[in-house]
Amino acid sequence: MSSRWKEVTKGIISENPTYVQVLGMCPTLATTTSAENGLGMGLAATAVLIMSNVVISAIRKTVPEKVRIPIFITVIATLVTIVDLLMHAYIYALWKTLGLFIPLITVNCIIMGRAEAYASKNGIVDSLLDGLGMGLGFTLSLTLLGSIRELLGNGTIFGIKVWGKAFNMFVMILPPGAFLTLGLLAALFATISIKKNEKAKKKANQQQAQKAGEQ
Amino acid sequence: MKLLTTSAPHVRTEDSTRKIMVDVLVALVPAVIAATYFFGSSAFILVIIGMVSAELIELFIMRVLKKDKEFVSNGSAAVTGLLLALNVSVATPWWVLLIGVVFAIAIVKHTFGGLGQNIFNPALTARVFLLVSFPNAMTTWYNPINKFFGTYPTDIQTSATPLAVLKLEGFSKAAQDFAPVDLFFGNMGGCIGETSTILLLLGFAYLVVRGRIKVTIPTAYLGTVLAFSWIFYSVNPERFGSPLFHLLTGGLMLGALFMATDMVTTPMTIRGQALFGVGCGILTMIIRYFGGYPEGVSLSILLMNAFVPLIDRYTQPKIFGRRNA
Repeated sequence: MSSRWKEVTKGIISENPTYVQVLGMCPTLATTTSAENGLGMGLAATAVLIMSNVVISAIRKTVPEKVRIPIFITVIATLVTIVDLLMHAYIYALWKTLGLFIPLITVNCIIMGRAEAYASKNGIVDSLLDGLGMGLGFTLSLTLLGSIRELLGNGTIFGIKVWGKAFNMFVMILPPGAFLTLGLLAALFATISIKKNEKAKKKANQQQAQKAGEQ
Repeated sequence: MKLLTTSAPHVRTEDSTRKIMVDVLVALVPAVIAATYFFGSSAFILVIIGMVSAELIELFIMRVLKKDKEFVSNGSAAVTGLLLALNVSVATPWWVLLIGVVFAIAIVKHTFGGLGQNIFNPALTARVFLLVSFPNAMTTWYNPINKFFGTYPTDIQTSATPLAVLKLEGFSKAAQDFAPVDLFFGNMGGCIGETSTILLLLGFAYLVVRGRIKVTIPTAYLGTVLAFSWIFYSVNPERFGSPLFHLLTGGLMLGALFMATDMVTTPMTIRGQALFGVGCGILTMIIRYFGGYPEGVSLSILLMNAFVPLIDRYTQPKIFGRRNA
């Protein structure tokens, strides 16, 4: 069970699609002007990702190697259309703000990448968990990025006021703000993984030293 | 005597980063005096806030975040803080300047690795950051009060900078409002440190005499601006304004003399520096003539900063004795 659990958690920090794998940059930069938009985009992509991983994993043995990409794209596009129409029907305001970026989930590299690298080689349950983990990682990244930009640029998080209008740095809502925040967060994630590796190394060294001492 | 065991080249010099930075600070003293005279005590307070906060932030980053226990200030942060303060309007609140200083030191300078590693000029990047973030505070201009440490009355009227008048109302109105003498001495609205051409030139002359800065970039920059604006002036004087007017207004002097000559963010070879200056000049005039902003010095220098690695590669000196390197 623990390995299954790892399939889910790897997407959140150690293989985070946005900050570590640097995939799906277009929606990441364009839709995270607020926490709500980031969350909406992340959840839409997650829904597509989970379904596409399951479907592609299910058909992986019947798909011929040479035409796999067109087939994957067709599957993903179908699922995106479903999500697009559902969002249009039930959450119209969000659908309107995200606009073109919902159909563009079709060509999101995370979904294509997971289909190619994982779902086409692994079983249905594993693929589902992988999609869930990667989707959650993507959603959390986008929400975090959106929250920071919304907080600095508009003084609110999810529309809840944090501080007054005077301190708003307008540039954070604009594209440069997206690049700045993304770069700093990617640096933060890199620092976390470096620190983790150092700790693991130290532990290994200590264990070796202990073993040597015992001998 | 201790024998050197390092490989060539060996350069003996008394120079240190700190000495250079102190010279730059000295060279900016005339500009600070001009700021204090034209824009009063609030300008002086902005300058002090800029310098002190920049040093404190750098000290914090080096000592606490980078854990460099032996770090002693070399003055480069103070130069950045001072330049940023000279680059804002006197109407800018102190906390806006503080946000700019934090951005300049922490993000533009230290995320790239600190002094000598940054791609973009920290003070200019922070200025553009503030310009986009706080457009109101950054583009509210007051006329000079012409009194040392004077204070503005509370019902102060805002004024337009010469370049804004040129853009909106044409050259005849701008030439009528601003006499060349006033422009030369700095008696006009604008950023607190950019207005006085003569005092900026004085400070720059000091740097040149001390051998800290070569005149290549400013010469190329100002020469390009002169040539470019002369051509356009002869086509349509009313719309484009005279070369002298362009030379004396806006942040051109401050930018060309003190920002475009930053050692870290400019090319290494003389040829590269000339190319850099020409590029800055052309971009500045294009933004002034056709851009949305009336002034383009900061944006054009930043754009050229991005090209520095390319220019450096292109103008790499040939190795002596090699035919085609």
